[in-house]
Amino acid sequence: MEGDIAEMGKYIGVGLTAIGMGGAAIGVGNIAGNFLSGALRNPAAAAGQTAFLFIGIAFAEALGIFSFLVALLLMFAV
Amino acid sequence: MAEQTGGFVIKPMDQFVVKPLFGGDVVHWYTPTNVTLWMALTVLAITVLLMLGTRGRAIVPTRGQSMAELSYGFIHKMVEDVAGKDGLRFFPYIMTLFMFILFANLLGLIPFAFTTTSHIAVTAVLALTVFISVTVLGFVLHGAKFLKLFWVDSAPLVLRPVLAIIELISYFARPVSHSIRLAGAMMAGHAVAKVFAGFAGALGVASFVPILAVTALYALELLVAAIQAYVFTILTCVYLRDALHPSH
Amino acid sequence: MEPQASELGSAPQDVGPQDVGMPQIDFATFPNQIFWLVVTLVVIYLILSRMALPRIAAVLAERRGTITNDVARAEELKRKAEEAEEAYQKALADARTEAARIVDRTKAEMQERLDEAMAKADAEIAARTAESEQRIAGIRKDADAAIEEVARDTVKAVLESMGHKADGRSVNAAVSARLKQGDAA
Repeated sequence: MEGDIAEMGKYIGVGLTAIGMGGAAIGVGNIAGNFLSGALRNPAAAAGQTAFLFIGIAFAEALGIFSFLVALLLMFAV
Repeated sequence: MAEQTGGFVIKPMDQFVVKPLFGGDVVHWYTPTNVTLWMALTVLAITVLLMLGTRGRAIVPTRGQSMAELSYGFIHKMVEDVAGKDGLRFFPYIMTLFMFILFANLLGLIPFAFTTTSHIAVTAVLALTVFISVTVLGFVLHGAKFLKLFWVDSAPLVLRPVLAIIELISYFARPVSHSIRLAGAMMAGHAVAKVFAGFAGALGVASFVPILAVTALYALELLVAAIQAYVFTILTCVYLRDALHPSH
Repeated sequence: MEPQASELGSAPQDVGPQDVGMPQIDFATFPNQIFWLVVTLVVIYLILSRMALPRIAAVLAERRGTITNDVARAEELKRKAEEAEEAYQKALADARTEAARIVDRTKAEMQERLDEAMAKADAEIAARTAESEQRIAGIRKDADAAIEEVARDTVKAVLESMGHKADGRSVNAAVSARLKQGDAA
């Protein structure tokens, strides 16, 4: 019974960490959307800024991957 | 994980197990494992692309040669644009990183393949190599002036110590995010694909839904494989630029 | 993870290592992975820096050189073609002026020769005319002399036939007077 409660808590924790991925998704969407609106205002400058787009997306996405990692650790390692 | 009612077991992490190639259970540091196999295949693929493709040294390139030239020009331009002209000294190292990560990611997408870059050990070595060499390079080139990287001159004086602490933390967080991003992205994609594939085995007629999902996911994973290699490389270039020109 | 491990272990289709957990944090495999990664990176670096990259760089440089050379050669050819056209136009103009000059000269020459020939012809005609007139005059003089003689002879014969002894001097004078009279008439 005690083990089952621990199991339950683990799965709840895993579910909660999934919310973190939602945050990363919002961040990535924000970056891509802002890049697009900026690019539509000044299409000539857009091509030179794609590197920054990818860097920004990579940073935002890394945080989502951290939460995914926490979920994996909870699932398989704890 | 074990689902008794459906009679199926999804084991998404099995694909990441490091196994000795020629039997046995113990993995010594020298044991040829599936890591060895897939890294050797990566070397082979890079050699085929960059050496066999350019064998003709044609003025008007063949298909293979233009692919080799394209990847060369892509990374060369990236290093030049991001790290500056003096960063071109390090072009072979960066090219090595890019080609290894790209081909390890892509080869890992072959069904039943082993993805070397999904392991923290591998990506941590890659990221730590970059981190340590960039830090050493910064101190060798600029001495103590390299520390100005953390001292933001444009900020008000009161804020500068706070900013310095934040900059220092973010500097040391670099290798962590650098390595975990790559390993996590690779691991996540493969694990999710495996989970969907497990559903396909259990749903009977309706299994076309997860199969379609796996197909779509596979396309996404191809994109992710390329983008992660690109991101790893461009971040290396960004860190290199910080080491070469620390005063922004 | 223990309860799950026992469940998996009891599953009949389960073979191989039970419940792998997260292989990424299985530290026992780290030395192996790191060793092979370092080997791989060194091999890739050697292949790239020793063979592949210099070769591609050489090919790219060669292509750039070829393109530059070709462009330069094309420009030179264009320049040469323009020069040739210029020379052609110049030659054409020269030829035109030369032709005009030759035409003029030939015209003048012909005029001159024509004039000369006309003058020569005129002179000849005049000479011939003069000669003819002279001859006509001679013929007329001869004819006059012949007429005088015939008249004298005829007078002498007429006088002899009439029995008179013709006096030569008086006959001559009479005939001459008479002829002069005739001429005057």
